[in-house]
Amino acid sequence: MRIDLNGASHETAAPTLADLIVETGIEAAAVATALNGQFVPCAARASTPLTPGAKVELLAPMQGG
Amino acid sequence: MFYGIDLNTRLMLGTAQYPSPEVLRAAISASDAEVITVSLRREGPGGSGFRDILQDSGCRILPNTAGCHTVREAVTTAHMARELFGTPWIKLEVIGHADTLQPDPFALVEAARILCADGFDVFPYTTEDLIVGEKLIEAGCRVLMPWGAPIGSGQGLRNIGGLRAMRAHFPQVPLVIDAGIGAPSQAMQAMEMGFDAVLLNTAVAKALDPVAMARAFSDAITAGRLAREAGLMPARDMAHASTPVFGMAELLA
Repeated sequence: MRIDLNGASHETAAPTLADLIVETGIEAAAVATALNGQFVPCAARASTPLTPGAKVELLAPMQGG
Repeated sequence: MFYGIDLNTRLMLGTAQYPSPEVLRAAISASDAEVITVSLRREGPGGSGFRDILQDSGCRILPNTAGCHTVREAVTTAHMARELFGTPWIKLEVIGHADTLQPDPFALVEAARILCADGFDVFPYTTEDLIVGEKLIEAGCRVLMPWGAPIGSGQGLRNIGGLRAMRAHFPQVPLVIDAGIGAPSQAMQAMEMGFDAVLLNTAVAKALDPVAMARAFSDAITAGRLAREAGLMPARDMAHASTPVFGMAELLA
């Protein structure tokens, strides 16, 4: 299915948010996640299904003022 | 006292816009800051190096919600930051206008209420408006962060009278001047006026020598705080001789 990952179109077979993170190769503890504008805690990723058109944000620490 | 935490040094330093990670690392060290601000952005390359700098600094992390324009964005970002950085501290920014970067006080108060109720320690980026300050306190904030001037402008304290009134109006609330500071003298002035800390970024990051400027700000803030505690003399309209007249010789022939 096609989803929106960090603002870019992304083709994935991952059934859940946790599976998507595994698929991207990103360290799970290094990012915070949101699905369709809602925060998804780390512990809830495995029970959060992805649907076509889902908007996923994977955010990491960045420089800030 | 910032949410139960005593800080020995009163400079809070932003981590953005430095010429290199090495300069950032050295500037944090030179600043003696115990609190540094960070943000959350989309995962990209080079993230682990920044995480190492944060870890090695030994500083307390104050994540921000920079760039958020709505209550919902700010609240979601705060939740993501709390999980990622393992801290309830959040520098709450809800920006009202993309050009002026002025806080939206209405959305700010609403977001603060939601986050305080959810156990966050909220550091709201606000204006010197007293009523907004009161509403933020009512919402559960135990720190207020009035701007000195617009973010990144380097103008210093643009409304001295308003900031003085704010200091007097909230004698028990830790107040941090956040944004607009361009020179160490301006940071020192804020501390002399009784503010509890100064948060700045661009003035250090964009200096020709950010490490030296970090040291300059640290020294200025230390001096300003010491001066406040020492008690500044009141200003006078007229001259007042400091050398005694008593014992003056008669030398007119």
